[in-house]
Amino acid sequence: MNVLTIAEATFREAQRRRLLWIGAALGLAFLALFGVGYSLMYREALSDGASFLVEMLSGLLIVGLYVVNFLGIMVAVVLSVDTLSGEVASGTIHTVVTKPLRRWEVVVGKWLGLGAMLALFVGLMSAGVMAVSWAVARYVPPHPVEGVALMFLSGLVVLTLSLLGGARLSTMANGLVVLMLYGLAFIAGWIEQFGAYVRNEAAVNTGIVVSLLVPSEAMWKRAAYLMQPAFLRELGATPFTSASAPSQAMVFYTFLYIAAALAAAAYLFQRRDL
Amino acid sequence: MGKGLGVGGKVSEGAVDTPAIETRNLRKVYGETVAVDDLTLQVERGEVFGFLGPNGAGKTTTVKMLLGLVYPTGGQAQVLGHRPGDPAVMGRIGFLPEHFRFPPWLTAWGFLDFHARLYHMPAEERKRRIPELLDRVGLGDRASTRLGEFSKGMMQRIGLAQALLNRPDVVFLDEPTSGLDPLGRREVRDLIRELRAEGVTVFLNSHFLSEVEVTCDRVAILKGGRVVRAGTLEDLTAGVLEVEIRATGLTPDLVAGLSRWGRVVSQDGARLTLALEDEDVLPAIAECLVQGGAHLYALTPRPPSLEELFVRIMQEEAAP
Repeated sequence: MNVLTIAEATFREAQRRRLLWIGAALGLAFLALFGVGYSLMYREALSDGASFLVEMLSGLLIVGLYVVNFLGIMVAVVLSVDTLSGEVASGTIHTVVTKPLRRWEVVVGKWLGLGAMLALFVGLMSAGVMAVSWAVARYVPPHPVEGVALMFLSGLVVLTLSLLGGARLSTMANGLVVLMLYGLAFIAGWIEQFGAYVRNEAAVNTGIVVSLLVPSEAMWKRAAYLMQPAFLRELGATPFTSASAPSQAMVFYTFLYIAAALAAAAYLFQRRDL
Repeated sequence: MGKGLGVGGKVSEGAVDTPAIETRNLRKVYGETVAVDDLTLQVERGEVFGFLGPNGAGKTTTVKMLLGLVYPTGGQAQVLGHRPGDPAVMGRIGFLPEHFRFPPWLTAWGFLDFHARLYHMPAEERKRRIPELLDRVGLGDRASTRLGEFSKGMMQRIGLAQALLNRPDVVFLDEPTSGLDPLGRREVRDLIRELRAEGVTVFLNSHFLSEVEVTCDRVAILKGGRVVRAGTLEDLTAGVLEVEIRATGLTPDLVAGLSRWGRVVSQDGARLTLALEDEDVLPAIAECLVQGGAHLYALTPRPPSLEELFVRIMQEEAAP
């Protein structure tokens, strides 16, 4: 009840601050651009005799989804970085947490509201990219729903981490920490991929350890792995796809990771002097 | 601020024998700084309690501990017989924070509606209660104005409305008149009186002494995190009487002799102020002055105002 009230207010806040409109407008602009580029490339490929057509379509689509995934992570940071810390600093939190509720309900409510927005963003943008692909070339990637869900999970990792940071840190410090962690996960993903390509076990292990610390990039890699045609998966290291795809166990781990980070955020916020 | 809203009778809820607010040896330390040190106080139900002190005395920290916003380093606190911050009791409490900035994108109505929902108020009741409160704080025609367009005084009013949404049994007001013009201040004073008439307990943090003087049943004066005086205004001013003496021919010997009865607060030529414990000594003082050869024009006793008392206490406490 309290959780839903907070979640709804969080969602409405984004609406009233016109975040949703700005996001929608820029999202449409991105989709339009993607559509133009995609159809140009498609026509070019057809006139070339359509060799490697599926490879090209799949590659382009994955690039488009990669951008959506990256934007989703940025949206997750922007939405959540100021959530708790900013409200503590401005004092708007004081009249909220002195109501008949528990502080964890505030944290979980915010998480739900922000998570819903992220889901909306990632879902609509991914659907848009796939719709463009369908309209132009009648091509849809395999496992679209599972892939988009994993992309959402990737953003949700960052969103939850940022909420956790906001429970303790100032907005600026939190933003810095979350972006650094994301950067770390990103680099680690490349190290792991490169390691797999040249069969360097140390590099692979480094990548895996960092992925366990911040599993956001791992979720993208699994999404990209699932959403390319089977024969391409075997080929391996194309820039945005993945030779060493994280397993289903990693997805399970990420669920636990998010739950633990959320619980930690609630605990830290509960213990904090406001 | 309009009509009273009939909160009376709510005090009967819960264990009535427990005080509205009770603290024992409450203490809060931030790093090296002792914000509140060994605070023991009791506020009875239906009382308007003034919590006075200079800036940084620990007033806001105390209120935050009573609301569960800040965790004490030591000691105990209870509000309506419950641990501070316990959801079971927070529904019966209203709070106007000192420093706040409410979300600028919300309208006055939206802001109150959100807080009313956090009090689990059903939709029909919200529809009734919100306009009632907006009227009460003089914002009846601003329901759909965004808070971002509000002046500081209007923000203070909407904050007050928010603190009264749930018809609370205990209201914490942290510097409610800061940012208000004299008219607004009077309205807040009237509102506090209305709340008292309705049986609501009010815990008022203030450094406006005049405000406390006219509204509060009891006051506690806080300095350096400790209560240095507490009681009714009469209690506090009892045993402290100032007498102004106007006389010529006050020799140093005579002035020195006056210290038998009290402390010489100031002397400016023929005007001398003496602090006494008891007015029974006034005839003796007059006699002494006349016999000592002074020409006595006036001997005027007056109880000190809260402001004088406050300043004096602060000075006394500063010089141990």
